[in-house]
Amino acid sequence: MKFTRRDVLATGAGLGAASLIGGMPAFAQSATAKIEPEKGASLRVLRWSPFVKGDEDAWIANTKKFTEATGVEVRIDKESWEDIRPKAAVAANVGSGPDIMFVWFDDPQQYPDKLLDVSDIAGQIGSAHGGWYEGPASYAQSGGKFVGLPLAVIGNAVCYRDSWAKQAGFSEFPKDTAGFLELCKALKGINHPAGFTHGHGVGDGNNYAHWLLWSHGGQVVDENSKVVLDSPETIAAVKYASELYKTFIPGTESWLDVNNNRAFLAGEVSMTANGISLAYATKKDPKLAEMAADLKTTNFPVGPVGKKVELFQVTTLIAFKYTKFPNAVKAYMQFMYDEAQMAEWVTQSSGYCCQTLKGYANNPVWTADPLAAPYAVASETLRPNGYAGPLGTASAGFMADYVLVDMFAEAVTGQRSPEEAVKRAAKRAERYYRT
Amino acid sequence: MTAAADHLTHPAAKRSLMSRIAHSRHLLGLVFMLPAAILLLVFLTYPLGLGVYLGFTDTTIGRDGIWIGLENYELLMEDSVFLLSVFNTIFYTLVASILKFALGLWLALILNEHLPFKAFFRAIVLLPWVVPTVLSAIAFWWIFDAQFSVLSWALIQLGIIDHNINFLGDPWAARASVIAANVWRGIPFVAITLLAGLQTISPSLHEAATLDGATSWQRFRHVTLPMLTPIIAVVMTFSVLFTFTDFQLIYVLTRGGPVNATHLMATLSFQRAIPGGNLGEGAAIAVAMIPFLLGAILFSYFGLQRRKWQQGGAD
Repeated sequence: MKFTRRDVLATGAGLGAASLIGGMPAFAQSATAKIEPEKGASLRVLRWSPFVKGDEDAWIANTKKFTEATGVEVRIDKESWEDIRPKAAVAANVGSGPDIMFVWFDDPQQYPDKLLDVSDIAGQIGSAHGGWYEGPASYAQSGGKFVGLPLAVIGNAVCYRDSWAKQAGFSEFPKDTAGFLELCKALKGINHPAGFTHGHGVGDGNNYAHWLLWSHGGQVVDENSKVVLDSPETIAAVKYASELYKTFIPGTESWLDVNNNRAFLAGEVSMTANGISLAYATKKDPKLAEMAADLKTTNFPVGPVGKKVELFQVTTLIAFKYTKFPNAVKAYMQFMYDEAQMAEWVTQSSGYCCQTLKGYANNPVWTADPLAAPYAVASETLRPNGYAGPLGTASAGFMADYVLVDMFAEAVTGQRSPEEAVKRAAKRAERYYRT
Repeated sequence: MTAAADHLTHPAAKRSLMSRIAHSRHLLGLVFMLPAAILLLVFLTYPLGLGVYLGFTDTTIGRDGIWIGLENYELLMEDSVFLLSVFNTIFYTLVASILKFALGLWLALILNEHLPFKAFFRAIVLLPWVVPTVLSAIAFWWIFDAQFSVLSWALIQLGIIDHNINFLGDPWAARASVIAANVWRGIPFVAITLLAGLQTISPSLHEAATLDGATSWQRFRHVTLPMLTPIIAVVMTFSVLFTFTDFQLIYVLTRGGPVNATHLMATLSFQRAIPGGNLGEGAAIAVAMIPFLLGAILFSYFGLQRRKWQQGGAD
């Protein structure tokens, strides 16, 4: 470091005053605590490749504004979303690489001591924008500290063909799991079956399996990380899944993340679950205009548990402790979460990225297109994986090993009875939650 | 290295030391071997040693582990998914290697005949080997797709079946499918290498056998095959090693599904170590592959190269 702490503080105070005058007056309390980047700082950001283009464009545009305002150069690289986990792990272990990363799920919980403590700005940002949603915030916290900022929740919702549902006798989408099963049966009856992923699809497979389990009141572990998977609730969930599976298009146990999109866009299935990108895919292709007009989205129905609980892909903005410019990192984070930038980003993400701050819930993106409505509640209904235990190595390992996905797939394909499948899954869970 | 340090501190001794090194064959030999030895140490021995060490620890991503002895292995022995992956790997390697050998040898024999456009055929045979695995795997993914499989489509159009084949959904169909993809990809390597071996067999041997009244089967059995065994041993060793450690194909096609029916030890090792975060356990699975690989190498050396003349002696 070329500057002493005193230097940094001195220049920081001066620049801080300057930014107060020219800065954003919208949230006075956060503006007063604006952190000033180190002189000559530059940052590297590694993010996942965007699913909707607007997200990336808006993020880059916001970053440019940051560079113009502070002079801090920011380089943004991207990686395919599944490569983020190994890249982040290597960066954390080796102690060099990007300063800031967009990571998934329990990544921040796997190496919290390698991450920059951002509790100070997380508190400010949270209180300035109506508070963080509990679900995404739990992924960013470790040991009572924020080791990252909740960035977004990638909503997942049921996408279906309205005309076929009507043809099957359902003018309104069923609200509960029993009605949902009837709808699936009726759809199969008119030869337009549904299809949900039972294969090793990181996103779709896990989302569907967790909804099945949680909607019936099953859970993998209790608050003390004791495995409680082998329960009547879980068995009921597995039996329900088997009934549903009978109505599906064949082969969903081999589906990975892309298959349901393909099948839906080809008109092979009448209903599946996906991010909002599926709806956009129909709109982008003029040949699919008819499908686009017919497509509707809704949340998964509520099961015996009585409320909406789902798993979604959660992404957190983290910074590594090894960064040479922790103040620049924090200044960048503050800037990107400021009203002007964050609102723009949520809007441009076109419903793909659900806000993690309650203050952005009334973003026009959720009402501009009725298709986006189910995705607006993603942060609210999100339940972290590994519920009700803590997030960490066990929950990450358990989910990465597709234990729940396999449990359902084993039973629905008839390889094992529901009871056996649940017992085996519970035994596999014990491996991760052993003490 | 000490020699280098010495002549830096004693410049007067430099000349005599240098000339002594230059004139000592043993020392010079060692010096010449040094770069290779360093390369091997840094890029082979160290990672391998680290992998073996990690297998004895409970290292996770982001946390250094502590030595836990054989605990990873004990836990793996009780893990149904791991045991299934061992079975899958052996089955996959065995079936794919036999098929690759049989079809590759057959192809090599055909290509060794006097065909029109021989050079052209020999070149295109290599195509599956040249195409990046991920690309060919994606092509196979479409071929085996549950809804859009061109195979299912063709068979339905021909009226042979009435619904799509569940290539990657049924456990045994999935195993057969990934093996088919692996065989398709692996044949060229076997075929071209065996073809090279075939061309080293002197035609005079065949002429002599023909004069003695040998049939073409007898010539193949008693001339071609014995002459080819050394190269078969090498090719099949490599082929078995490649197949046993296959990763990309499975990762693209099934991710180890359905219900782990196609999980190989390599894919399971990755899944547990990187997405799952358990570096120690992932390393243990990878280390568990080593005995099998060593076994395959030893088998080919002692099993297939058993003739003295193949090892440089007289027969």
